[in-house]
Amino acid sequence: MDFRDAMLDNYKEILKTYISDQTEQALYLSEKFSRKLLECKVSPEEMISLHKTSVMELEPDLPESLLLSLDILLEVMMAYGLAYREHQSLRTIQRELINEIEVAASMQQTLLGTKIPSLSFLDIGAISVPAKQMSGDYYHFVSHENGAISVAIADIIGKGIPAALCMSMIKYSMDSMPDDSQAPGDVLERLNRVVEQNVDPTMFITMFSGLYYPENHTFHYSSAGHEPGFFYNGEKGTFEELKAKGLLLGVDKKAKYNEYERKVEVGDAILLMSDGVTECRTEDGFLEVDTLIGYIEKYIELGAQDIADKVYKELEYLQDFQLRDDFTLIILKRMA
Amino acid sequence: MNISIDIREQELQTIITLAGEIDAYTAPKLRETAFPYTEKQHANVVMDLSGVSYMDSTGLGVFVGLFKSLNANEGTLKLVGLSDRLKRLFDITGLADIMNINTVAEGGVE
Repeated sequence: MDFRDAMLDNYKEILKTYISDQTEQALYLSEKFSRKLLECKVSPEEMISLHKTSVMELEPDLPESLLLSLDILLEVMMAYGLAYREHQSLRTIQRELINEIEVAASMQQTLLGTKIPSLSFLDIGAISVPAKQMSGDYYHFVSHENGAISVAIADIIGKGIPAALCMSMIKYSMDSMPDDSQAPGDVLERLNRVVEQNVDPTMFITMFSGLYYPENHTFHYSSAGHEPGFFYNGEKGTFEELKAKGLLLGVDKKAKYNEYERKVEVGDAILLMSDGVTECRTEDGFLEVDTLIGYIEKYIELGAQDIADKVYKELEYLQDFQLRDDFTLIILKRMA
Repeated sequence: MNISIDIREQELQTIITLAGEIDAYTAPKLRETAFPYTEKQHANVVMDLSGVSYMDSTGLGVFVGLFKSLNANEGTLKLVGLSDRLKRLFDITGLADIMNINTVAEGGVE
């Protein structure tokens, strides 16, 4: 028995049941039948032809006019059949695209991967969670030959694939910077020129650039329009905004970036973040700075990575596990 | 997640009044609607943001785009009626230093 005959028998059974006693059972069976049709990619016009054959076999005395009308119905349904087949092929294409984006996202992870330096004097933790598949947030660490550590955190405004491509550009220009121009202000000025020239005019980047000198434990930093981080004073147990002024990258190629300096004592910590952290929306409005600091304070005695993970968990819970923006948090804690 | 955009063209300036949220979902609509007004020579565009309850970095990107386009065509952009939260966003990003920004919606707008 071939497929059509099997379907025909099945359908005739349903029709027969329904014509004789209009039970729910027949409706249930027809629903099951239509799922089978979709599964086997039977087109609407094929179904009408099946219906006509079934009816003719079950009720041989039907008026000719009714049967003829089914021919017209079949013709009319042809367009639906075409649309259905088109839908099928689009679904295949969509599946392929989803696969490609997944490959691209994992490539981005590999390309942009940065190694968190493991140091005796500085405990570093970082977490970055994208709201969509590809993140607009980016962070990068570089360990220099003289022992200094560069840290950068950036948010590419304009999300998705263009932002991801832009990020790769930044990473490569950062990596290719000579070792003698690590000063955060210089880094931002150079990148600003790169971004201004190369990037689509509606795309911008905020970036915080820092440099930690282990010999005198000072942290130098500059900001290009980035969300200010916090400085934690371990002795006093106080938090303070790491204020820094500077224009977004890619707006004005002549922009200058001031450099600021902080002495870091044992027990002090530096917290850097993206605006996905501070602009986190809760059920009743926005996350207040005090609330955020409260969470950080709660875990400040833990290791840097644990603080980052725990604060993320708290904010994720606060937002009902629905991230609206990419979330990145970096913690540098002086240990010795 | 909605935005309303009201545009009034006057003899010397175009007033664009925004209300709602400017984020990744609404930013494209704002960009498309407002952009043509920035492309005319010597256009003066005033944007009233008093009704804007939320704006993220994507929204900010739209304003930078409009600002650049107006600059290229020798026009001006003025933002008025910014809430404290919005003002902070423009301050942090350094845009407050290069753009004309006012926290009160001025008489000229009404």
